[in-house]
Amino acid sequence: MIDFTMIWAIIIAFGVIMYVLMDGFDLGVGILYPFAPDEESRDVMMNSVAPVWDGNETWLVLGGAGLLGAFPLVYSVLLPALYLGVFLLLAGLIFRGVAFEFRFKASPAKKGWWSAAFAGGSTVAALAQGIVVGAYIQGFETENFAYVGGAFDWLTPFSVLTGIGLVLGYALLGSTWLIMKTEGPVQEWAYRLTPKLLGGVLGVFLIISFWTPLVDEFVRDRWFSHLFSIWLLPAGALACAWLILRSVRNRAEGLPFVATMGLFIFTYLGLLASKWPYVVPPDYTLYDAASARESQMFLLLGVLFVIPVVLAYTAWTYWVFRGKVRPGEGYH
Amino acid sequence: MEFDPLLISRIQFAFVVSFHAIFPVFTIGLASYIALLEGLHFKTGNPAWAQLSRFWTKVFAVAFGMGVVSGIVMSFQFGTNWSNFAQMSANFLGPILSYEVVTAFFLEAAFLGVLLFGRDKVPRGTHLFAAIMVALGTFISSFWILVANSWMHTPAGVEFQDGMLHVRSWAEAIFNPSFPYRFTHMAVASFLTGSFVVAGVSAWYLLKGHMVEANRKALSMCLWMILFLAPAQAVIGDFHGINTLEYQPIKVAAMEGNWERQAGAPLLLFALPDQAAQENRFEIGIPKLASFILTHDANGVIPGISEVAPQDQPPVSIVFWSFRIMVGIGFLMIAFGIWGLVLRLRGRLYEPGFFHRVLPLMIAAPFVAVLAGWFTTESGRAPWLVYGMINFSEGVTPSLTGWMAMVSLVGYMSVYAVVYASGGYYLWRLVQGGMADVEPGSSEPGAHPKRPLSAGGPIGDTAPAAPARGDWT
Repeated sequence: MIDFTMIWAIIIAFGVIMYVLMDGFDLGVGILYPFAPDEESRDVMMNSVAPVWDGNETWLVLGGAGLLGAFPLVYSVLLPALYLGVFLLLAGLIFRGVAFEFRFKASPAKKGWWSAAFAGGSTVAALAQGIVVGAYIQGFETENFAYVGGAFDWLTPFSVLTGIGLVLGYALLGSTWLIMKTEGPVQEWAYRLTPKLLGGVLGVFLIISFWTPLVDEFVRDRWFSHLFSIWLLPAGALACAWLILRSVRNRAEGLPFVATMGLFIFTYLGLLASKWPYVVPPDYTLYDAASARESQMFLLLGVLFVIPVVLAYTAWTYWVFRGKVRPGEGYH
Repeated sequence: MEFDPLLISRIQFAFVVSFHAIFPVFTIGLASYIALLEGLHFKTGNPAWAQLSRFWTKVFAVAFGMGVVSGIVMSFQFGTNWSNFAQMSANFLGPILSYEVVTAFFLEAAFLGVLLFGRDKVPRGTHLFAAIMVALGTFISSFWILVANSWMHTPAGVEFQDGMLHVRSWAEAIFNPSFPYRFTHMAVASFLTGSFVVAGVSAWYLLKGHMVEANRKALSMCLWMILFLAPAQAVIGDFHGINTLEYQPIKVAAMEGNWERQAGAPLLLFALPDQAAQENRFEIGIPKLASFILTHDANGVIPGISEVAPQDQPPVSIVFWSFRIMVGIGFLMIAFGIWGLVLRLRGRLYEPGFFHRVLPLMIAAPFVAVLAGWFTTESGRAPWLVYGMINFSEGVTPSLTGWMAMVSLVGYMSVYAVVYASGGYYLWRLVQGGMADVEPGSSEPGAHPKRPLSAGGPIGDTAPAAPARGDWT
């Protein structure tokens, strides 16, 4: 008998990391907005992500709908638990999303407002997503398959730290993306910024690594008693960090971005391996949270055919918009 | 002050879904129109088609952007405010909404990038293909979302097992009884919305003598659409009503303001439904007409609202009046179709006149009609989330408190106020700026010669290079 729940866990895990990597760099570009050298650089930065951000964000919607389809318990516990945080996330995404259109249509006097909306919205959205990660590590108070905790259980010093970590992480994805997609002053600025951001990311990463086993017994047990091969994952992440530094020093253009994605993937796998198989920690596993078998199967039939097609045309659009983005180019 | 989380969640959903719905209903129609324009340009090479396409693509981009961001909000509402409903109905709604994402949203998003930014980067045929894919994506999206919505009105193919609905037959659940009517009604509404917006703007440009050739073509196309689709919509709506009579009789009773079951029910033109007294306080009606329309028999029996207990009744005034607003606008649309035909036959369709001054005012009409229609059908389902199976109080999130719901409601209202006021303003300015800057060849961003139509006399087809956007804010 095929284990559809396991297949779905892999698909959802894939969708989440796709979202983190893809919307990560365009949120990161927004986070870096206030620090850009000048307005022209900001135009270039926005144009470098304008044709693809909408598709990137669609992975988030897939995450929402896919969870409802395959693991409804995750959807119906996490969203009530994170209620006010979800509002902040969505408000952030709204402001930064409309800024793509409005900023280029605004008068010079108002343009700054939409630059601020783009930067603020991106930062708030990234912070909220990082807080979700922290809240997930902490776990959720549930009874009888429903959330019973308070309105602010998700907001703790620990989750705020994971929030800041993700803001820095997305900013790093953004700066390495800009190294790849721009040239001249913007690229030079991104080269100088990248090691600093990397330092920040590694700093937070280190604190979280010491802190997590303290807030979560389950993770402590897994890290130190049972699964020593799990230590390969942070080792991989550190190797990626080293690669980012080296490639930036060598002025490589594509490698810093690829290595940053590697850093994210290793960290993400580390998180999954620490919590597996709990999707609504500390009480419910994948199998508790799964939808009916016939629903998983019905959706799987389509998804197996459609996702490869989605990946193919998504790759094609990135191909269409390949190469450097230059000032004054891009807007329809 | 104590807030009721259930009531506030309902208001919040009505608010965010109403603000969301006006964009898809416009962009579904407009996407097809753009694909058609691209196709005509590809085939004939006439630059007028390209001018129209470029201009409307810009409008599309703004409207679509607002639709996307308000749509992301929708995909989390079920979980945040209606988590028990989400959990109970996930086995059906989860896969359906996921199919919407993988078959439609990705398609729209990816090809929209190429449509907006790729005109000079891909061959013309590929650009046309992208326009068609965006249009196709909007339709696929409306297919799935109306499957989900129709199923909530006329659930089929599912049964309860251990507190969760399980799907017994996917075919029955997807092609549930009200789906074909609702889908057709909504698709035609989208085309009508797109037609009225384009017709209104074209008429206004003709009044100003702006881009005459292109705007004549656009006006003519849209008026043909309206002439045929507006009456067709009335017929589809009639079938939809008959379907509702069969599956949701109390909703129809509320639409007709009919409290007691009766044969030969009158069509009420005006009434003040009084839910507390379970009667209408004042009414003007045409005898037997409601029975005739709904059953095609003047003495047909129409169900009464009082057949269910007051707590199981929908809010009658909302259903009754929004239905009348929708139908009223529908007839107005038919009248405009005929008016356009009369002018066309007399050869005066392109002569700026009263018609061209009124038509821009009609831009708001389809949006009001669509919202009124949705208010009718959604309020008419109350107190059920899934008709006859899950009601509001069973579906609401148990951990949600009144003040949390209030914070998010006020939050969404504030965010939307800023975003939609700005969006409306930029759309208005886009239209005001005219089509002159979208002449083929001028793809420089931020440097389009733009001149406000309101600032001076008519602008000819050859736009003077006036200073850019900065000078008229």
